[in-house]
Amino acid sequence: MTHWIIYVKPSGFTLKKGKKRSTSSLSSNKTRLIMGNFAANEGLSIFVILVWLGINAYLFVQFYRAFLVERWFYTRVLLGQALPWARAPAACLNFNCLLILLPVCRNLLSFLRGSIQYCSRTAARQLDRNLTFHKLVAYMIAFHTAVHIIAHLFNFEFFMDAQLNRNSSYLPFVLSEIGTGDNASFLNPIRSNETNPTIVMFTTIAGLTGVVITLALILIITSSMEVIRRSYFEVFWYTHHLFVIFFIGLVFHGYGRIVRGQTLASLQTNKPDNCADRFEDWGKNASGCDVPEFAGNPPGTWQWVLASMILYVFERLVRIYRSHQKVVITKVVMHPSKTLELQMKKKGFRMEVGQYVFIQCPSVSRLEWHPFTLTSAPEEDYFSAHIRIVGDWTQALYEACGGDKTEQQEAWKLPKVAIDGPFGTASEDVFHYEVVMLVGAGIGVTPFASILKSVWYKHIQNNQEVFTKKIYFYWLCPETEAFEWFADLLQSLERQMADKNMADFLSYNIYLTRWKQTEAAHFRVHHEAENDPITGLKQKTLYGKPNWDNEFTNIASKHPGSKVGVFLCGPPQLGKSLEKQCLSHSEADVKFIFNKENF
Amino acid sequence: MTSPKKDWLTKRKALPSCEHLFLHHVNKMGKIEWAMWANEQALASGLILLTGGIVGVAGQFRGWEFAAYAVAAGVFVCLLEYPRSKRAKGTSMERSGQHCFTVCVKAFGPLTRNYYVRAFLHAGVCVPGGFMLATVLGCVCLGIASLIYLAAAIRGEHWEPILPRKDTRKPVAESIKNPPQNPPPRPPPETRRKGKDVEGAAYDNPMSVTDDE
Repeated sequence: MTHWIIYVKPSGFTLKKGKKRSTSSLSSNKTRLIMGNFAANEGLSIFVILVWLGINAYLFVQFYRAFLVERWFYTRVLLGQALPWARAPAACLNFNCLLILLPVCRNLLSFLRGSIQYCSRTAARQLDRNLTFHKLVAYMIAFHTAVHIIAHLFNFEFFMDAQLNRNSSYLPFVLSEIGTGDNASFLNPIRSNETNPTIVMFTTIAGLTGVVITLALILIITSSMEVIRRSYFEVFWYTHHLFVIFFIGLVFHGYGRIVRGQTLASLQTNKPDNCADRFEDWGKNASGCDVPEFAGNPPGTWQWVLASMILYVFERLVRIYRSHQKVVITKVVMHPSKTLELQMKKKGFRMEVGQYVFIQCPSVSRLEWHPFTLTSAPEEDYFSAHIRIVGDWTQALYEACGGDKTEQQEAWKLPKVAIDGPFGTASEDVFHYEVVMLVGAGIGVTPFASILKSVWYKHIQNNQEVFTKKIYFYWLCPETEAFEWFADLLQSLERQMADKNMADFLSYNIYLTRWKQTEAAHFRVHHEAENDPITGLKQKTLYGKPNWDNEFTNIASKHPGSKVGVFLCGPPQLGKSLEKQCLSHSEADVKFIFNKENF
Repeated sequence: MTSPKKDWLTKRKALPSCEHLFLHHVNKMGKIEWAMWANEQALASGLILLTGGIVGVAGQFRGWEFAAYAVAAGVFVCLLEYPRSKRAKGTSMERSGQHCFTVCVKAFGPLTRNYYVRAFLHAGVCVPGGFMLATVLGCVCLGIASLIYLAAAIRGEHWEPILPRKDTRKPVAESIKNPPQNPPPRPPPETRRKGKDVEGAAYDNPMSVTDDE
């Protein structure tokens, strides 16, 4: 019997009253909305990716063709097309290694973002996708490395072939014999036939550095897989520092000058067009062809990556500097739901809604910085973060702040912390809408704490100037335990709004998407109580998932002729369904605008 | 009552700019399970061995026999490593389509369950790869994977298959019966008042009240 009273069918029947409209105007409106939304959200990203791919393709083709010229004729006699196939990805690798360090210079990006924000919010938001770009470039590096290595495998094989086929009427062998005396003007880096490619690889600078940096790259990639990164952050973070070895090896990779072409001087005395066939007469007086001489290109990688490396070193220095700036913990609050709230102050710290900071606690770990969303509003005189205790580092921080002690901690006993940030594009777009729908799923509700507080402060500070008149807040949560601190915030807001007679400014709905049998019985008994039995709030908790169709319809009917901003922090599927709802409910009188990338 | 919900907090794709939230907040850094990383490394090594082997065979390099071996070894390692193990703590993310591989690997019992066996197996498998340039990289990578598996084995980890949970519905207690399907008994005709249509007032469920729909 308990089943059928409380069971709610998720996203069941719709109560929408169908309005008849001419289909053609509706579909063309919708197409325009879709295109507009798409262009706004994705356009710049796609453009950046296309430009990047274009540059890769251009470099590949250019450097491929650069090795088809006369100077490399004799090298190609030995190696065939494997030579340009190895050099072209090398150029792309130089380019991508230049790029890969840039998206992780978060202080540099923060500075850029601050400057760009005034010109274009869309451009500023692109900088929030720095990690996505970093990963794309990493995949490209992995791809080009693979092509480069495979081509060089063929090169080594061909070089070895030329030494093993010891026949004076065989041009590759004759070419390989050049420079045996002085060891300077040779072409074939494999100098004898009593070796094998593996040994050669481990005894040349290029080969050795190549193996080392490829191994570093592989270890970096395997430890950066989602599973490892999300669950064993330390493994990911420490292994990732192999990039130092990667870059050092990369710079020294070309020092052996192992890829050799004919010198310009030699091209005067031995033109391959004429002389290639008459190789048995080289150096003889009558032939007109001297023995060709070869030299390697000077290493060029450093020219590409040096600037990025310097920028990155600078970035790390900035982080170290910031970590030494004094941050004072003014208050520590232990929330029942295994959440630690730290209220801090730092000189000159300025934040905006929706931003996050990295926190380091040297007494817990000197090397780890962890990101947390700021839950305080810019109008407050402190900044705060709510930290959920889920792992080693957070547990240690909790104990360092005296969480496991019953008596209050003295202020001087609190640990020293360092802050880097704030980062992230400000979510100020929320304030540009008259009516706002905020949807937070699970832990995604955290940035909304900052937004709700900030909106409220704006209201009580300068009543008339606040554009936002109504907020609809939806919080989807799988379980009750994570509620407490946010419920406290909502309770206090509820009280303050009631005091100011603005009780209907904020309308919030909390959806429990997962609940236990035992709890269900309790809810049933207290169904008629004035306050919600879980949160203590006047507005009740609901069960199951929201019926978005209903919600959008209700909001549309209550606010005709207005633009409603919809903001989400949660899983992408929810984003897709909200976007669809926005499109289907945006008609002539009310428009729902889905803001995808604000968090 | 429904299929097990995946905890979306540990799902692969978060909103790109929300990423910072999920970098840490769901970080269960308690015990590092080395086997998870060893598995990624071994799978990558299998692919690298395979690629090196294919290049060696296709290019007809000297020592192509080692390359042919590397192709077989690479495929074997990939098949063995594809099914991820169930995590001791936390949610386990399956690779797509790994179920049949899980069943095959599980069939070997302690040979695949024990990570010492895997560590030595990988160490042995990788050695012939070192004899040819094309497969050297795969050999070294697999060697590293073998070392990480050794570390995992020393820490007492073992491989657990991820199998779908059988949903056992709690048996409905005897006292809970379906709501009444029949109308309540009517008083005998002689006590019915004349003119009143008591028949029409009979209780009828407007819709089915069982929850099995």
